Amino acid sequence: MGWYDKLFEAESYTLGNGKTVSQKFTRLPLILFLFIIGIAISVWVTGFSLVTLFTNFAGFWKIFGSMFPPKLSYFMQVWRPLLMTIQMSFLGSFFGAVVALPFAILAANNVTSNRVVNLVVRFILTVVRTIPTLVSALIATYIFGLGTFAGTVAIFLFSFSFVGKQLFEYIETVDMGAYEALIATGASPARSFITTILPQILPTYLSTSLFAFEGNVRYAAILGYVGAGGIGMILNEKIGWREFQSVGMILLSIFVAVVIIETTSQKLRKHLS
Amino acid sequence: MNKKLESVLSKEPRRGLQYAVTIIILLILLLSASPALGGAQMTTKGFDIGKNILTGIFTPDTSLLFGLGDSGVMYLILQTIAIAFLGTLVGAIIAVPLSFISATNIVPKPVVLVTRFIIMAIRTIPSLVYGLMFIRVTGPGPFAGVMTLAIVSIGMISKLFIETIEDLDSGILESLDAFGSTLFQKIRYGVLPQLGPDFISILVYRFDMNLREATILGLVGAGGIGAPMIFALSAYHWHQVGAILIGLFVLVFVVEILSDKLRHKILHG
Repeated sequence: MGWYDKLFEAESYTLGNGKTVSQKFTRLPLILFLFIIGIAISVWVTGFSLVTLFTNFAGFWKIFGSMFPPKLSYFMQVWRPLLMTIQMSFLGSFFGAVVALPFAILAANNVTSNRVVNLVVRFILTVVRTIPTLVSALIATYIFGLGTFAGTVAIFLFSFSFVGKQLFEYIETVDMGAYEALIATGASPARSFITTILPQILPTYLSTSLFAFEGNVRYAAILGYVGAGGIGMILNEKIGWREFQSVGMILLSIFVAVVIIETTSQKLRKHLS
Repeated sequence: MNKKLESVLSKEPRRGLQYAVTIIILLILLLSASPALGGAQMTTKGFDIGKNILTGIFTPDTSLLFGLGDSGVMYLILQTIAIAFLGTLVGAIIAVPLSFISATNIVPKPVVLVTRFIIMAIRTIPSLVYGLMFIRVTGPGPFAGVMTLAIVSIGMISKLFIETIEDLDSGILESLDAFGSTLFQKIRYGVLPQLGPDFISILVYRFDMNLREATILGLVGAGGIGAPMIFALSAYHWHQVGAILIGLFVLVFVVEILSDKLRHKILHG
């Protein structure tokens, strides 16, 4: 930003005690300029138009309105896929979190001092994290066939990479004193890790895993869209058939389930911290 | 010496029962969730597809990857970024007033309960459902994607905005009052400097997330890099899949690094 400060001179003030202080010229015009260019390009690329939005927005409310009142009797067909969705996200999150722990340990440069191992493991975590869950679910359906197993695999991959990344960053910030002291007394690295570092990271580890689980329940609801099982299958089907009252019931069931799970898990997380 | 150590050791709380109960609960949950593992029909065909995808990634379709036309990966990336950028912006414009009327230090408790319930409800509806609803409003294309991301972002943005607003240091406002500042001055020098950096950092973070979200909107015809990827996948064009996946990886990776840097700079100077 040196050129910018050269172009617009800093303003200097003389204080009461004779000292001169200077204030750099504000960066606001430059930031605003870049921002407006960004908006202009985006509007041009996406075809965003406020006029269309306001003239057609009634269509949105029309669909939304047709979901009310939700067809309550449809719940008999909803609860089974909903339960399946929760089971999928629970299993996926659980195994993801379990597998993430050793990977996080290998990625943290204060516990594993081998630079090559650190980088390789981090690269794996990053690659897995970049693939959108829906795409990994789609690929999983090709490999494992349609059904909940593919969805579980997709959720597993996401949880694994998310918990892994959060956890290794946290491990790098822990207090290493006790660990080094135990190593100095002759304890094995594994033993020292379990007694000194694990208790430090455990609350964060559990709470990150629970957080991933919360998000996964909401996310698993759409995995059915690519045939990976769960409530998304019937959601997709009912939207296709335009049975919006049933769609309303499905959304209501997801809402209730998510509220229950989030409240429970938030309570648990508060208890952990 | 040893006596002392032993007495300290014996004071360590016994957690055996606690651990046992936790493990039993976990086992019960895992067993009851096991039906989700059903439905796996791993065949040799599955292996072949897995292998094909890997070969596709290592031998991507270079004309697609570096092409500059409307269907090239470069243009798709630009479109995805544009969708995420505008979506975050529109979402923020809706979320700011919503979070002010959901902060406990600004409005009374009953109002907060109602607005938070609304935010929660907005957040639960899956993004693809919004996508399908907005396609009826805007027609298929990236515009629908922008609106979908805007609505989807409201939940998280306002949740984090509310936390920032509730952390406002009212002492600063009181001292500005004591100076005799006008309302405008109070907002300019008392509120904006406190909220600004946090708000911007939240938005940058959400932009990063929206970018990932934007990659799947193509599934319902709402633009972005997702649609060509799904087409390529279902047509078994593995080299194209590879090219798009590489583009996606570079995009998400670069944006994540940049957004981390930017947020660090905004929050810590």
